[in-house]
Amino acid sequence: MLSYISRRLGVTLLILLGVSFTVYVIFAFLPFDPAALTCGKNCNDPGIIEANRRRLGYDLPFLTQYWHFIKGLFVGSSYGMGAALINCPAPSLGYSFREHACVSSIIGEALPVTLSLALGALVLWLIVGVGLGVLAARYKGKIVDSASTVFVLIGTSLPTFLTGLMLLVFVVIKWRLLPFPAGNYTPFFEDPYEWAQILFLPWVTLAFAYAALYTRFVRSAVIETSNEDYIRTARAKGLPEGTILGKHTLRSALAPIVTMAGLDFAGLLGGAILTESVFNLPGLGRLAIGSVIEYDLPIIVATTLLAAAIVVLMNLIVDIAYAFIDPRVRIT
Amino acid sequence: MTLLQVRNLSVGFPTPDGVVQAVNDISFSISAGETLAIVGESGSGKTVTNLALMGLLNNNTAQISGTATFQSHDGEIDLLGIERNKLQKYRGRDISMIFQDPMSSLHPYYSIGDQIIEAHQVHNQVEPEVSRQRAIELLGLVGIPDPAAGVDSYPHQFSGGMRQRVMIAMALVNNPSLLIADEPTTALDVTVQAQILGLLKDLQSEFKMAIILITHDLGVVAGAADNVNVMYAGRIVESANVFDLYAKPSMPYTQGLLDSIPRLDQPHTNRLSAIPGQPPSMISLPPGCSFAPRCSRKEEVAGGRCSLELPELTLRSASHSARCFINEGAVAK
Repeated sequence: MLSYISRRLGVTLLILLGVSFTVYVIFAFLPFDPAALTCGKNCNDPGIIEANRRRLGYDLPFLTQYWHFIKGLFVGSSYGMGAALINCPAPSLGYSFREHACVSSIIGEALPVTLSLALGALVLWLIVGVGLGVLAARYKGKIVDSASTVFVLIGTSLPTFLTGLMLLVFVVIKWRLLPFPAGNYTPFFEDPYEWAQILFLPWVTLAFAYAALYTRFVRSAVIETSNEDYIRTARAKGLPEGTILGKHTLRSALAPIVTMAGLDFAGLLGGAILTESVFNLPGLGRLAIGSVIEYDLPIIVATTLLAAAIVVLMNLIVDIAYAFIDPRVRIT
Repeated sequence: MTLLQVRNLSVGFPTPDGVVQAVNDISFSISAGETLAIVGESGSGKTVTNLALMGLLNNNTAQISGTATFQSHDGEIDLLGIERNKLQKYRGRDISMIFQDPMSSLHPYYSIGDQIIEAHQVHNQVEPEVSRQRAIELLGLVGIPDPAAGVDSYPHQFSGGMRQRVMIAMALVNNPSLLIADEPTTALDVTVQAQILGLLKDLQSEFKMAIILITHDLGVVAGAADNVNVMYAGRIVESANVFDLYAKPSMPYTQGLLDSIPRLDQPHTNRLSAIPGQPPSMISLPPGCSFAPRCSRKEEVAGGRCSLELPELTLRSASHSARCFINEGAVAK
């Protein structure tokens, strides 16, 4: 098992290296001059542009730039000299002139927001999706099942921004059940109550759509597994129905859910753009959108890389988790 | 001692086209320690009969009627009348079942030890370690090599024959008085079939249990059974001691089944005889004998009676009854 994990980790590193190079190539050959962008929209002083180009290393050959980028990840990087020296400690992802900050510290601020959002939503949609899916399967054709079908239909057809806006309008503005979450994100370790209060509606918004998908998936997986021969065997052994459902049926039915949840979670960590925008949360999604609009290349490269890294790592985690769930894929 | 007495068992499955009468008013009994074979082709109702007795049919989709009086460890119960949640306590303890396909009958995610231990734990208030020892003991009995190590293996590490042995070990872990074996050898190759049947026979005398052996293979029946019920279209058409059945089949269907077995004592150039036609639709059975449309001897009965009137199951000798107008009343000596 350990050798399997280390082998997979090695492959993962290679993939990340490939991804980083590809991303770097794409952005290096975009028809934009990153140095010109550092100087603002109305700037056409070639002296400042050239100075910035040298400071940020955009005058170096492409491969050297890429090498500096990779090196910066491990040892940090510094730009300019003398009084204008800027130091970005490792892991450095570059320097954003627009924000006047190291990219890694900008991301370091945005990542916890997105992480909080995605994690809370994941917990919520797993509870609702799995719970409702199991109930619907267990009481197939009954009122719970019909209700879940309605839920699935609404959840899959309502776009996230509409759900979010409707929740804002009714819960916050009309009924005044929660304070208006206007960009005042509070870290969990500062004030967990306020953290949860601000994130509650974004969680519900995000979880709603996913919970609907998961309900439908869990329902059909449970129904399908219930017809397996080994479930009949469990019943013939004299096991109570609760044990059969909880232990035998769910273990098989939920195995694919682990894969699904892992990848969905990874996708969200790259930034839940719509939800973050609707609720004005300073997360990765909003950061990415903002940097794309402003052509802030260092941030675009960094957020893209980060999203790719999360997906690749999550895949590894899912594969390892799967080996623990299903003995048939266990590797020695 | 009569262990199980089934009376007038019928099972129907309502469908949009009508009720599929899978089992039609059958009665039989089995004594302690006896092996009763239930023979018939696919769709004749063999499996449904036994799933009904085990309470494994879905009450929402099956209409079950009749009684099945069973001598359990705590007195007489009616398997068909008892509430489902009470039946649970007898399943796997007094009556066990092994199934046709050992490849899919074991949970792929749990070790075979866990699955056997679970079957023991649910009926016995003992330490898990006791159940584990019991599991190892049973695995040894059914012929799993090195059972102390095998107990922690997973089903996918075993062949089909070995998995069926595991299923048998699991079924016997609580010392049941009745084992229902639903085509236990159908999915296995011939040499393994013989091993499994031999194993069942050895274990039967050791555990002193009765076996209901469901099969479509008359070769298996001849070697393993004491008594035989032949089923056709949901009804028992012939019921006899195994020797009587092979010596004097009294129903053309049974005769047809016997004739369709390849024989070593006949020239190999003889064509194998088959029963012509198809079994009837279970939604609309013919009014007379269900076998009449395929029967080659119905002309022997005057007035086309076979197609008009359902023959009763009547005695042919002390331990032999058949559902046929031919030779009816002529009780053999």
